[in-house]
Amino acid sequence: MSSFRIFDIAAAGMSAQSVRLNTVASNLANAESVSGDPNTVYRARHPVFQAAASTAVDGPGASVQVRGIVESQAAPERRYDPSNPLADGNGYVYAPNVNTVEEMVDMISASRSYQNNVEVMNTARTLMLATLKLGQG
Amino acid sequence: MANSIDSFLGVHAQALGIESRRAQLLAANLANSDTPNFKARDLDFKTALANAGTPLGGPLPLRLTQGAHQDAAGGALDNDPELLYRVPLAPALDGNSVDPQLEQAAFAENAVRYQATLTLLNARLRGLMTAITGQ
Repeated sequence: MSSFRIFDIAAAGMSAQSVRLNTVASNLANAESVSGDPNTVYRARHPVFQAAASTAVDGPGASVQVRGIVESQAAPERRYDPSNPLADGNGYVYAPNVNTVEEMVDMISASRSYQNNVEVMNTARTLMLATLKLGQG
Repeated sequence: MANSIDSFLGVHAQALGIESRRAQLLAANLANSDTPNFKARDLDFKTALANAGTPLGGPLPLRLTQGAHQDAAGGALDNDPELLYRVPLAPALDGNSVDPQLEQAAFAENAVRYQATLTLLNARLRGLMTAITGQ
């Protein structure tokens, strides 16, 4: 049961949140990537987080891991745009099912959670350094 | 002789261990603040300190008489009876019971307690050093 596990837990949290930020960036960047085929158009991606069970060696407290990244199954938006070279025979293009408002909220939430984990790591580091100086002053 | 130093350091050495464990729990809560169905956990300092003399791990070890028997003590420490579940103020739709602000506050409080325990331990150790060196 090592106190250094706090660093592992906070690092796992930071890495999970950065995966989330990456998917948000990808979703926002592709929000207007239209396609002529509803089956090949970009779909919003979201990570699935899962608590990683701890073992007796690790001590209490579950770490976090990214179980996988799932694509949203919502229907893509159909737009009438016959001048678009990608338009299908009827003049329609299909826009990704990315909800930009949701993505922005997700981004803020991921950023805050990331900061939380950074703070945890900073505090743990301060405490560890103070523990190392135990009996010296 | 080790025992006499243990008793000289008093409750602080055990308190430091509990505070370190609690910091780990709260760090796990914060890391899982967006994990669906994750339940925030914490420990009651008073109960943990009262149980500090007994070995950790919760369930008693099983007696293994055959090769196929499995040791219960090797399981996850999450089953430790000292670990409680936090009651959320507002339940979330995804089953997550972590309140980041509350966890942050608890983590900060625990960090201050940890430093206070370190200060007290340091004072004891300084006393010990004075006694040893006689200066």
